[in-house]
Amino acid sequence: MSQEFRIASGGLIDRSKEISFIFNGKKYNGYKGDTLASALLANGVHLIGRSFKYHRPRGIIAAGVEDANGKVQLYKDNITEPNVNVTEVELVEGLRIESQNCWPSVNFDVGGINNFLNRFFPAGFYYKTFMWPKSFWYHVYEPFIRKAAGMGKASLDPDPDRYEHQYEHCDILVVGSGPSGIASALSAAKNGARVILAEDKARFGGSLLTDNVTIGNKNGDEWVEDSISELKSMPNVIIKKRSQVFGYYDHNMLVMFERCKDHLNNPEPYTPRQRLWYIRAKQVLISTGSIERPLIFANNDRPGIMLASSAREYLKVYGVLPGKKPIIFTNNDTAYETAIEFKAHGIDTVILDTRKSSDAGVVIEAKNIGIEIKFNHGIANTAGYKKVKSATIGELTESKDGYKNLTTIPCDSIFVSGNWTPTVHLASQSGNKLKYESETDTFLPDQSRQKETVIGSANGSFTLKESLADGFNKGYQLSDEITKNGREISVPISDEKDFGSHDKFWCMPVADNKHYKRFVDFQNDVAVSDIQLAVREGFRSIEHVKRYTTLGMATDQGKTSNLNGLQLVSDLEKKIVPEVGHTTFRPPYTSVTIGTIIGREVGKNYRATRKSPIHEWHEKNNAVFVDAGLWLRPRYYKRGNETLQEAAKREALNVRQNVGICDVTSLGKIDIKGKDSAEFLNRVYTNAFLKLPVGKARYGVMLREDGMVFDDGTTTRIAENHFHMTTTTAQAANVLSHLEYYLQVVWPELDVNVVSTTEQWAGAAIAGPKSRELLQRLFPEEDMSNEGFPFMGFKELKFKNTVARVFRISFSGELAFEMNVMSDYGEEMWNEIISQGEDFGIQPYGTEALSTLRIEMGHVAGSEIDGRTIAYDLSLEGMLSQKKDFIGKRSLNRKAFTENNREKIVGVVPIDKKTSIPEGSYLVENAKASFPNPKLGHVSASCWSVEYDNPFSLAIIKDGKNKKGEKLFAVSPLKNKIIPVEIVSQHYVDPEGKRVRS
Amino acid sequence: MLEIKCPYCGNRSQNEFAYGGDATVKRPELNTEVSDQDWDNFVYYRKNPRGNHLELWHHISGCRQWFKVLRNTATHDIIQTMEMKENP
Repeated sequence: MSQEFRIASGGLIDRSKEISFIFNGKKYNGYKGDTLASALLANGVHLIGRSFKYHRPRGIIAAGVEDANGKVQLYKDNITEPNVNVTEVELVEGLRIESQNCWPSVNFDVGGINNFLNRFFPAGFYYKTFMWPKSFWYHVYEPFIRKAAGMGKASLDPDPDRYEHQYEHCDILVVGSGPSGIASALSAAKNGARVILAEDKARFGGSLLTDNVTIGNKNGDEWVEDSISELKSMPNVIIKKRSQVFGYYDHNMLVMFERCKDHLNNPEPYTPRQRLWYIRAKQVLISTGSIERPLIFANNDRPGIMLASSAREYLKVYGVLPGKKPIIFTNNDTAYETAIEFKAHGIDTVILDTRKSSDAGVVIEAKNIGIEIKFNHGIANTAGYKKVKSATIGELTESKDGYKNLTTIPCDSIFVSGNWTPTVHLASQSGNKLKYESETDTFLPDQSRQKETVIGSANGSFTLKESLADGFNKGYQLSDEITKNGREISVPISDEKDFGSHDKFWCMPVADNKHYKRFVDFQNDVAVSDIQLAVREGFRSIEHVKRYTTLGMATDQGKTSNLNGLQLVSDLEKKIVPEVGHTTFRPPYTSVTIGTIIGREVGKNYRATRKSPIHEWHEKNNAVFVDAGLWLRPRYYKRGNETLQEAAKREALNVRQNVGICDVTSLGKIDIKGKDSAEFLNRVYTNAFLKLPVGKARYGVMLREDGMVFDDGTTTRIAENHFHMTTTTAQAANVLSHLEYYLQVVWPELDVNVVSTTEQWAGAAIAGPKSRELLQRLFPEEDMSNEGFPFMGFKELKFKNTVARVFRISFSGELAFEMNVMSDYGEEMWNEIISQGEDFGIQPYGTEALSTLRIEMGHVAGSEIDGRTIAYDLSLEGMLSQKKDFIGKRSLNRKAFTENNREKIVGVVPIDKKTSIPEGSYLVENAKASFPNPKLGHVSASCWSVEYDNPFSLAIIKDGKNKKGEKLFAVSPLKNKIIPVEIVSQHYVDPEGKRVRS
Repeated sequence: MLEIKCPYCGNRSQNEFAYGGDATVKRPELNTEVSDQDWDNFVYYRKNPRGNHLELWHHISGCRQWFKVLRNTATHDIIQTMEMKENP
């Protein structure tokens, strides 16, 4: 296919590498170095998509991130991405793009009817139209809006690409590589500062790529090339293109994304698609330049109407003519350079200038080369449905509210310039309150809030000379505060064209009282009439006007529309712009792919996985794992076609009858040393620890200061001033922080050290009536009798080549022991216990059997210690010492905690002895009562009792103390169940606790 | 993301730390009579100042020390950080 709008030579593209792509089913060609936008324009394609609300045909209006219309659905290698901007995608092999927001096609779009119904779609129409009847919302309005609101379609497949994160520190971060950016980077780097220079586009240079200027004795683009190679050769400089700094956060943390892969035809394996940089900078130089503003006139949104500076960029950088018969429409001098550039390539333009005259050098140059200029003219209307084909122009009246004589002239494009808007987003995000500069009609940075310094045209320095001087000076000053090297380089002499001031007139009147739309925000279809309506309806704050009309919202965040919108509101309210103020600039500056923000933390890398040293054995023995915090724990060991319930029953029963072994490595373990350790534990736990003998363990309960139970576990006195504390798996980290808080903040006078040893010890619980015999076989020399190793006893024993800590403690309620060895010996310990236990019928058991065992014994765990229960509720009031003070004790006097009918833990059995009660069920007296049915409490944990072979649950219910024997109902609306139940003791099995002491 | 100077480790990013609340709250002494009002003030009531706030931070992914930070809650400026035994 020919590229009929490509000039014969010139531009920064690589004409030796032709690349094809497909747009809406049709094949086109472009060159390496093109963006999709420049390649489309080279083929004369302007119509890209349909607008959001009215489905009007829309085309490319700019050449960079400020483009509001060029959103497409992109396909490559069976991957699709919605809402990508054609101006930001570099051309590579294999791209296919499709228009969005149109059906059945961009050329014939059914939704285009909205354009003719536009009086039904005024500002705020969502709020007005879809309010009633209420029941219509789910079934009619919402599906309709969703279908009609056509942005692209997200893929349902996982993102196949990889994304990385990187942290970096530097002395000076320079954002943007236009003249002031390069100048400041050069002068700071030469003064020894560590510099990062970031450029959003695929080429360094910014405006120097399109402006005809000289710096030193070089052309602007040569100066860029030389300066960039010099910076690249310096070891203290990181220089990145395709890298956009999109957010300025607290303490000079800036976040940038780098596009690493999409522009490559043959990327190396494992190339990340994008990399997110967290940059902590000592100083930030913001040289982000400025964006040209559109002019507002009737039907100013037709394809073929674009910014004058962007037209020049397409010509100079890509060798593409966005039009062969353009009109240039301006209220300032900069657009004349576009006319001169087009003239140089043989394209005659007509310039319409709203001003009465201009004597700027660039205007005189344009006149001298014979460009037609019509001063005091405006565009009253345009025509052309899928592409602009003519403009109705006229001389403006004296008061500029109408036209004298209208004529229609043919054209194939209109290049507009309504002055320049400095890109101040980053400064604003830093906290810089902007100030309004009425001479240039711009918001400029005011006082720095953090370490940001704005230079170049982003700071209102619109000439090259000012920008360069600003860049070199600020780069030196800021670097010298850090390096103190004093190496300053001189500012080179520069030459540029002469530009004058702009016309404070940008919104053209509509001729003959017609209701033509004059668009302010192209992406959201916000027209002048919408803003007028919002102000008429009483919206005053610019933030409210924004939300009501959607002005400046969505992906482009009003890059081209904000200032025009503000000026319009200020005109309507007869206020000056600074009184109206501006809306908040929030990060990100442009859309950022979610994958980039997430980085590598996806799938199994979403969070860390903790495995016990015995994990491989579990895997080999068909363990089915469950997440327990970060830990993976065996839930059950599957045999044949067993279900979870069957396996849990088998494993639990084997503990009750023979002996079982459970991996308890994940239990939190804290080593406590120091001469005040016993005193400290005595304050932390509700029960007494001062007189715990050496070699003994004790069960302890700890509270928060508000009186709620925080955690429980056993703590063993290893030596006089040395304790071994265990915590629940879930609370291990919190308990350690809690202990550290009291030791470091509240009682620093205590001589105690705490350290987590969870990962240092591997643990195995050996439980069941035959556990003693098994222990005896493991340690034949040792007295394992009830007298020689009593309940809550502790022994440190030689085991193979290491030392084992053996505790006689029990969570299952059976005679049981817990054995710890250093982690590296964990698997060896496990294997030894399994092989010695064979004769006793040993079986491993998982967390499901563990729960069954503890539930039918009435032992509380995390589902009862849920942060809302006090010791009484859990029947742990016997653990509260009356003789000493402890953390949280004072709260227990609170009235609600001492009421007679407080919640208390009970056992629950279904009357049919068959129906399992879903966890979370409510207990009520009358299942048929009308709503709201008073709730007595909830079922916290359920199991199948292996002792009685029927379901059993624990519940925490109001006045539980006096409820035993009562018949209630367990209701679970979620599972649609109503189960008649009887309340029994929480200790369903062995209520006297004989087994653990046997 | 804030940058916090741990008195023991130096400047580190906020994601290494856990916030610990008002550093001026003092726990009533053990084994003393405490009125309901005083206890409630200790457990529940906190000031929420706009401006400078002396607060606790815990270097949870670092040296695991608790320390004090004088931070402006409106601007996030950190004026000073110090060990527990020190005062601003």
